[in-house]
Amino acid sequence: MPDRHDHGASRRNLLKCMMWGSAGVLWTVNGGVPQALQLGGAALAAAPAPGAFTFIQISDTHIGFKGAANPDPGATLKEALAKIGEVRPAMLLHTGDVSHLTKPEEFELAAAIMKTANLDTHYVPGEHDTIGDNGKSFFERFGAEKNTDGWYSFDQAGVHFIGLVNVIDLRPGGLGYLGPKQIAWLEDDLKGKTASTPIVVFAHMPLWTVSADWGWGTDDAGAAIAALKRFGSVTVLNGHIHQVIQKVEGSVALRTAYSTAFPQAAPGTPGASPGPLKVAAEQLRSVLGVRRIDIVGDKAVTLTDTALA
Amino acid sequence: MTTFWPATRRAVATAAALVALVSSANWLARHGHAAAAAAPQVVIDDFTFGPAVMTVARGTTVTWTNKDDDPHTVASDGDPKLFKSPALDTDQSFAFTFNEAGTFKYFCTIHPRMRGTVVVQ
Repeated sequence: MPDRHDHGASRRNLLKCMMWGSAGVLWTVNGGVPQALQLGGAALAAAPAPGAFTFIQISDTHIGFKGAANPDPGATLKEALAKIGEVRPAMLLHTGDVSHLTKPEEFELAAAIMKTANLDTHYVPGEHDTIGDNGKSFFERFGAEKNTDGWYSFDQAGVHFIGLVNVIDLRPGGLGYLGPKQIAWLEDDLKGKTASTPIVVFAHMPLWTVSADWGWGTDDAGAAIAALKRFGSVTVLNGHIHQVIQKVEGSVALRTAYSTAFPQAAPGTPGASPGPLKVAAEQLRSVLGVRRIDIVGDKAVTLTDTALA
Repeated sequence: MTTFWPATRRAVATAAALVALVSSANWLARHGHAAAAAAPQVVIDDFTFGPAVMTVARGTTVTWTNKDDDPHTVASDGDPKLFKSPALDTDQSFAFTFNEAGTFKYFCTIHPRMRGTVVVQ
């Protein structure tokens, strides 16, 4: 397993992990130096900076979940989309766990709700979307890539977007997994791109090890990050852990996102497990949310994580 | 309501029960009806297979039951897979009969850090 924490002498400058509670958080990454500002919920719909390209990350909608942690994730997804509608983003990224159990009726309901946003939406699967069929039914509905096993890239507003798949063919005892075929594809995809091209990578499982014990990481993320390091602005958007945690490594800033369905415990919480966390009903919407991303020029990336309430 | 038996009578009754148990155990052993014993169960709880290692006789059916809010699967290591369950939602079960002796490692394909072993003798 590659060691993603071997940063030598400058480790303390490069490695920063932070977690935020329910309040909105604004991250500004400018020239690799992140700044964080606490914000109120109104920030999601705030006017963007002139010339900004604004889009939204949504994650872990878990349509089909019926547990006590949220008996109606369809309702909270609709609330999330209503909030997003106020922003008028250019597009939407969904970082996986669209469904809870990879069931056709779950995909159908999720697609019907997502369609109400009326936004161009790009998906990557979570491990809940690929149970038993290696993602076949997911890709059929949410975007089949002809030349890959589900990963893809596209360019929009001068930004290079890369959707990676790290939830298929997971190995016993392992974490998330990209595989050598996908990493070779990534290296090839980045060839010829100038270092000043802003890069946004989105994948379900964190592309760094948040908690090995809880399976919150990707075994071969190090190879992907290595391929991205020469770029001046790399933003990695992940889901999976249903809370906002950040790591910054040079010009690569990685962040996990809120779920719209249910929260999970902070990693390593004594007595907790990496499953759905039940909070009081009146608190639920304070631990669910969405993320707005604004990119201005080739460096300035602003992330605003906002809870549903 | 509780009925108190005299000590001697209680002892006789206990002895009789023991004899009955021993004879039925002998009968089962003679006739190979070990399946009459409780079927081996693995409980999936807090992202853990319990017991993590289970030893059974050949021909035994092992049942896994998911008590978590999150779905899990039960799949043997390696490829092709000897056994592979569908997604087990809360309270759903999967059973597999081990007809060959050996050590069979398995894991949850959704949460591959979850591992277990069945030793078949």
